[in-house]
Amino acid sequence: MKSSVIIFPGSNCDRDMDVALKKFGFKNKMVWHNDNVIPKSDLVVLPGGFSYGDYLRCGSIAAKSNIINSVIEFANKGGLVIGICNGFQILIETGLVTGALLRNKYLKFICKNIFVKANKTHNKYFNKIKKDILELHIAHNDGNYFCSKDDLKSMQDNDQIAIRYCDSNGEISEKSNPNGSIQNIAGVFNEKKNILGMMPHPERVIDNCLSSNDGSYFFENLLSNMK
Amino acid sequence: MKIKVIVTPKNGVLDPQGKAIQQTLNSMNFIDVSEVRQGKYFEIETDLKDEKDAKKNVEDMCKKLLANLVIEDYKIL
Repeated sequence: MKSSVIIFPGSNCDRDMDVALKKFGFKNKMVWHNDNVIPKSDLVVLPGGFSYGDYLRCGSIAAKSNIINSVIEFANKGGLVIGICNGFQILIETGLVTGALLRNKYLKFICKNIFVKANKTHNKYFNKIKKDILELHIAHNDGNYFCSKDDLKSMQDNDQIAIRYCDSNGEISEKSNPNGSIQNIAGVFNEKKNILGMMPHPERVIDNCLSSNDGSYFFENLLSNMK
Repeated sequence: MKIKVIVTPKNGVLDPQGKAIQQTLNSMNFIDVSEVRQGKYFEIETDLKDEKDAKKNVEDMCKKLLANLVIEDYKIL
C-alpha cells in the first residue's frame, strides 16, 4: 500500500507519521506543499504541527497551498485521507470535513495522553479494532470542536462522529473532555467516511516502549482494510 | 485604497479568549464589564480605484479566507 505525507512549512509530526506508516507496511513518500500533484497513493496524510505558524486561523493558510487541490481531488474520488491535529484543522479549513476547531476552553495548550471511544460502524479506520477504548496522545491549543446544531444532528444520524474523549472506563462526560469540544468529539468523518480528521496522534503511540501502544491498532486495522 | 475589515466570533460561539479578558477586566475593578468578544482587524491596501469594486472584492476575500463562516462574522467598514 502506498501513502503520501504532505509537508507544510511548520509541520512537525510528518516524520513521526512516516516512521509509523513504514513500521506497519506502507510504502510512504513525503510530498512538499508546493508540489502540484500527489504521487500515486492509497492514503494521503496531513500531519500535525503548526503550518504557517498558525497565522490567521490554524490550518487556514495551508488549506490554500498548491498541493491541496490535488488532495481534494483525491478525496472526492473516494481516496483515504487522514488529517491529524493540525492536519484536522487543515481538513476543516478546506471544507472536506464539517465544523470548526476553536481555542481550547480553558486556554491551555494540552499535551497528554487521553482515552477515546471509537465509532466502529461502516468505516475503514476503526471497524475491526478489538479494543473499545484507545489511549492516544493529544498536543494542541485549538482542538475545541464546534459545529452547528443542524450539522451535529446530520453527522450523528450518518454515524460521522469518529472518536469521542472518554475516561479509562469508557465513560464520556464533561470530566473526560479535555478541551471543551461539543459532545466530547475528538474526530469526525466526512459523509462517505473516506476522510478522517482527528486531534489525537496515533503515530505517537505505536510501541510498548512509548506511553501507549494503542496507535498500532489504528494503523494495523487501516492496513488490513486496504489489502 | 484601503479597505478595513473586522472579523468577530459569531453569537453563541464560545470565545475563551474574550471570556478570559472579561474576567481579567473584572478583577482589575472594571466591574461593569459583562462580556468581551475578541476579533480580528484587517487593513487591506488594494490597487482598485472604485470603492464599490474594492469592497466587493474584499467580501470575496472574507468568504474565502479572512473569516471562517462556521464560527465567525465579518464586517467591511
